[in-house]
Amino acid sequence: MKWLPEREWLGKREWRAMADPVFDNNPILLQMLGICSALAVTTKMDKALVLGVSVIVVAGLASLVVSLIRKITPHTIRIIVQLAIISSLVIVVDQVLKAYLYEISLELSVFVGLIITNCLILGRTEGFAMQNPPWISFIDGIGNGLGYAVLLLIVGFVRELLGSGRLFGYPVLTPVNEGGWYTPAGMFLLAPAAFFIIAAIIWALRAWKPEQQEKD
Amino acid sequence: MKVDSPLYTLAFATLVCVVCALFVSAASVLLKDRQEVNRLLYLRKNVLQAAGLTEPGQRLSTEQALTLFNRRIQPRLVDLRSGEYVSGRDVESYQQRAARSDPEISRAADDNPAGVRRIPHLAKVYLVEDKGSVSHVVIPVEGLGLYGTLYGFLALERDTRTIAGIAFYENRETPGLGGEVDNPRWRALWPGRQAFDDQWQPAIQLVKGQVGGPAENPYEVDALSGATITSNAVTELLRFWLSGQGFGPYLEKARSRGVF
Amino acid sequence: MLEHYLNLAIRAMFVENMALVFFLGICSFLAVSRKVETALGLGIAVVFVETLTVPLNNLLLNHLLAEGALGRLHPGFADVDLTFLSFIVFISTIAATVQIVEMVLDRHFPALHMSLGVFLPLIAVNCAILGGSLFMSERDYDFVESVVFGFGAGFGFLLAIVALAAIRERLTYSNPPAGLRGLGITFVSVGLMSIGFLMFSGIQL
Repeated sequence: MKWLPEREWLGKREWRAMADPVFDNNPILLQMLGICSALAVTTKMDKALVLGVSVIVVAGLASLVVSLIRKITPHTIRIIVQLAIISSLVIVVDQVLKAYLYEISLELSVFVGLIITNCLILGRTEGFAMQNPPWISFIDGIGNGLGYAVLLLIVGFVRELLGSGRLFGYPVLTPVNEGGWYTPAGMFLLAPAAFFIIAAIIWALRAWKPEQQEKD
Repeated sequence: MKVDSPLYTLAFATLVCVVCALFVSAASVLLKDRQEVNRLLYLRKNVLQAAGLTEPGQRLSTEQALTLFNRRIQPRLVDLRSGEYVSGRDVESYQQRAARSDPEISRAADDNPAGVRRIPHLAKVYLVEDKGSVSHVVIPVEGLGLYGTLYGFLALERDTRTIAGIAFYENRETPGLGGEVDNPRWRALWPGRQAFDDQWQPAIQLVKGQVGGPAENPYEVDALSGATITSNAVTELLRFWLSGQGFGPYLEKARSRGVF
Repeated sequence: MLEHYLNLAIRAMFVENMALVFFLGICSFLAVSRKVETALGLGIAVVFVETLTVPLNNLLLNHLLAEGALGRLHPGFADVDLTFLSFIVFISTIAATVQIVEMVLDRHFPALHMSLGVFLPLIAVNCAILGGSLFMSERDYDFVESVVFGFGAGFGFLLAIVALAAIRERLTYSNPPAGLRGLGITFVSVGLMSIGFLMFSGIQL
């Protein structure tokens, strides 16, 4: 069994596995994976950041563990084994958040638990980690988590800045009711705006990389 | 043994379960104390905020908050039906939220616009001491907002009418709109307003438009912009907990006694 | 009392629509909404599984995991609190329910299995299903409330996905800019639907 890469730990292949999902093959924008919880937490940057990091951690570790035991896992129960591993990791992440970032964990409410059903993670463990050695699977998980987190942060940036004039809770465009000039566009904090922002990002990305456009 | 034989599958599944269970339980046990400390600390910081003992937006370290809390705040249990203090019970360990769902120590609320379904018999109040005497009381309030229950604290001065402060420590409202219930600038509008009118009926309410200072508009506070439903919810939940079903009897007793 | 349950169901369907307000189950919402017929199939499967699993998880949560629930078995367990296991219990219940429903349908209702069967495996990892159970636990619903909430949430999802599929069938004839074709324009449509559902916010009976 090839546990470790033969030569470099972070060679060309690893970098590609890490960077590809962020720019070329973003799991949300192209594969429509894991958008479920992506939108609800993007009204504030700090929530988006914490959820993004949690997904990176869970995706990386789940891929690593699944890959480590891939050759001894019975084929028939592989999905439920993956789910068990992912849920355990999510529970631990949830417990850690409650212990160290209590206020944010209150705000994230059910969305930490929903990382379990984030198709992105199960998609990577089933689609990649089951066929590949541990180290590259770990990198692949991290990369896909990163792609997810970057998108969350972009959406969060637009929504928090325009919706309440703040970033990470600190006033950037001082709102009118706090003595500034900016009238917050509350619409950006509501659900529809999240869909429009994603649509705009998809449009921008596909204008930049026409090979990703859908034909029909 | 073959990887796909039933016996191996069963053994493997059991092993995965055991390992996962150990891993998860270990994390839970290790972090439990810290979570409990965090939860308590968070509640206490909010009591301090409502009581006006910390400046809006001020961040306290853990030690500062605990010292201030222990020096100035005295938690007590109140029987909401009679309005009397209950002594001889450990205040710290009383779980008010859990008590609501236990029919032996709670009762169903009458239909109310605050969306409160059950009222516990006992409620925690926090007496705020100032130079040896009790100057304020902080009462817990809750009610249904747009997406979930709002939990908060309301501080009243010794006349049981003047509001000293307010803090909402848990809400599911839209951040930036209804979520602004925890905005320090909005909370700063509250001190000095009157919770009850001259007939001792709950009168405080949130209204749209520019509201003047406590002297011109004693019973009114600016509503949260863009969040009509959350604002109405705040009005209703405050009125509910100030009424006879909530802390009414307790406040009345405190009033006639002249002390909390 | 009836009013309370009706109110809860209406809230779950419209005001707190799983797909359009909480963004749950969006993956399958987008993937299986190209045709009204398949959307209806997935929607019915969601209603079915959600109405089963939310109350089931409610029972497990209150009688097995909650603090003190094991006290009835043995006084020594009186202060055991297993709620930290809720995620893993919920997802297992859901996976098992889906499996059992699939087997029962296959054995006794082959016609129904033909039309719903393909969607059932998809549902095990649908966030709307797990989300239903998580909301149930966060909001402390009792048993009857969780039946009503489970049905309402599932039905809201059904309404949303069928409506979206109907829109997408018409969208085939539209001519959006190249970059928006497919996923992009679908997101725009979902956003517009979501605006429609905002109208319901705050409705109470």
